[in-house]
Amino acid sequence: MNPIYLDNNATTRVDPAVVEVMLPFFTEQFGNPSSMHSFGNKVGLALKKARQQVQALIGAEHDSEIIFTSCGTESDSTAILSALKVQPERKEIITTAVEHPAILTLCQTLEKDGYTVHYLKVDGKGRLDLDEYAKLLTDKVAIVSVMWANNETGTLFPVEKMAEMANEAGVMFHTDAVQIVGKLPMDLKSSKIDMLSISGHKLHAPKGIGVLYLRRGARFRPLLRGGHQERGRRAGTENSASIVALGAACEQALANMAFENTEVKALRDRLEKGILAQVPNAFVTGDPDNRLPNTCNIAFEYIEGEGILLLLNKQGIAASSGSACTSGSLEPSHVMRAMGIPYTAAHGTVRFSLSRYNTEEEIDRVIAAVPPIVAQLRKLSPYWGENGPVTDPEQAFAPVYA
Amino acid sequence: MWEYSEKVQEHFFNPRNAGALGDANATGEVGSISCGDALRLMLKVDPESERILDAGFQTFGCGSAIASSSALTEMIKGMTLDEALKVSNQDIADYLDGLPPEKMHCSVMGREALEAAVANYRGEVWKDDHEEGALICKCFAIDAVMIEDTVRSNNLSTVQDVINYTKAGGGCAACHEGIEEILTKVLAERGESFKVTPPPSPVAATGKLSTLERVKRIQQVIEDVRPALQRDRGDIELVDIDGKTIYVSMKGACAGCQMEALTLQGVQQKMMEALGEFVKLVPVRATTPAPGLCNPK
Repeated sequence: MNPIYLDNNATTRVDPAVVEVMLPFFTEQFGNPSSMHSFGNKVGLALKKARQQVQALIGAEHDSEIIFTSCGTESDSTAILSALKVQPERKEIITTAVEHPAILTLCQTLEKDGYTVHYLKVDGKGRLDLDEYAKLLTDKVAIVSVMWANNETGTLFPVEKMAEMANEAGVMFHTDAVQIVGKLPMDLKSSKIDMLSISGHKLHAPKGIGVLYLRRGARFRPLLRGGHQERGRRAGTENSASIVALGAACEQALANMAFENTEVKALRDRLEKGILAQVPNAFVTGDPDNRLPNTCNIAFEYIEGEGILLLLNKQGIAASSGSACTSGSLEPSHVMRAMGIPYTAAHGTVRFSLSRYNTEEEIDRVIAAVPPIVAQLRKLSPYWGENGPVTDPEQAFAPVYA
Repeated sequence: MWEYSEKVQEHFFNPRNAGALGDANATGEVGSISCGDALRLMLKVDPESERILDAGFQTFGCGSAIASSSALTEMIKGMTLDEALKVSNQDIADYLDGLPPEKMHCSVMGREALEAAVANYRGEVWKDDHEEGALICKCFAIDAVMIEDTVRSNNLSTVQDVINYTKAGGGCAACHEGIEEILTKVLAERGESFKVTPPPSPVAATGKLSTLERVKRIQQVIEDVRPALQRDRGDIELVDIDGKTIYVSMKGACAGCQMEALTLQGVQQKMMEALGEFVKLVPVRATTPAPGLCNPK
């Protein structure tokens, strides 16, 4: 039985054509792009092409606005720390309660260093309150960092609008866009976004390569100083094979954009409808009307996600969960908690994230596999009776320490 | 993905005694829904002999929580209540061939459900003194609450103190930032500030054990694990000790077995616990490995 990979928001397979493109850069194209001789020069030209391929995908005005980094996390840290460095008099940051740890953990550390961080709340569908945001935009704020699409639910934030609001208030704006780049079209030259993070391995490029988009004219201080690579904005010899691969992956993503939003979306909807039609006490988390075309996050009430994943894995199906056990922390996903999803459902959330490689046959296998797994675990659950949840579940089972 | 033993996986995929026990006369409900693990243990106790005639469970929780519940019910069936109360959380973990450090609390929950059920049968009120914090030290499975309490009650002020009192931080040292944060917080309550003290020399750190005592303990751990391996037609032998590296030879069915890495990891963990320091277990290849798995069940 072929394995079915539905965890593409975690990482994606490198497209075979992308692998093909990068291989020569381990062998004959090994030169240092900074070198004067022809070994280096050819590599330099390849990097230039890759930069333009990234530029085309995100609609940047200039290819020099593309800075290659090692990953999305590096891009995020570079953006925020740069904004703080160029504006030492500004000691506040605005972000959201549902960001990726790449932003949240950095912000928590900055709080210890004396910065004030405002975490925008979300409602039950994971949506922001823009009035709350508007009130916080003052000249004390160094940077706003808001993710474009949520990695767990796929819910989209109105970052273009938020960037305009920040721009009017004279505040820099960064967005962690690692989940959306390659899935939805964007045109940064017509936006007010100052900085944007990309991660290669989320769009069928290899791990270990990322991009920081930096609008021309936006004030900037590098995180890594040293050589003149990336115009002195990110020192360190270029990861040429991966940069070339990312360029090729961006070109493919652009070509597949329509497919992603029709075929992949249709498969996602088929999966979601198929599961919800058969499994009672299950619901979609986040904002179903405003989300990535490939992501579906379902809460299965009264059971815990790790068990679901282990049983899915036994059938060769790969997904992920927001339960405490799978995140290695004491609490279920901070995204689910921020939306006010009760514990009995938050621990049972499963994220299915598709890619253009998934097939209808695979999706039908998953639709068939999920209901018996949920039923099997509910049979063990103290909250579940013969044919449904016990009456008044929270009262019927109240373990000693809450 | 967690590194679950074969036995944990087996008990999760085929849990024993799952479901409500209709004629139970003792019930214990413990766990925490916020943490995502909770368990209802049900026992049918013979009033004459206080022997556990049957046991059942319902668990909301992860794979190892379900496996621990299943293991517990298997272990205590047929025991008297007093015998059952002697089953420790470590016994439950051992029965399952070990649990990952992040998952040891699942076995603790099993033990507590047992205490709660016995108290329920005897008409007593069970009070738990359980408080769990974020896992800080992954080498020795020690959480923040445990470290904080120990720092507070013993007036500790350095990372080395914490290592000496709790073992937390005594392994890979990656958690020292977390330990320093706890120290900073507790010291602030006492009106002091955290100061970095130079780490003791490696000799001083291991100085508590004489070389002879250290070798004896290493030999003892090897002797302790041998019967379990021999049952699966394998064996392990101590080859040499070179500082923190301990060379062993895997014999019989263990040599080249797919589970060898897991077995070695378990032994290494026991070794670290016995010595209170980080050691690395390195297998030495002797002969061509025999085919097959360790656990042909």
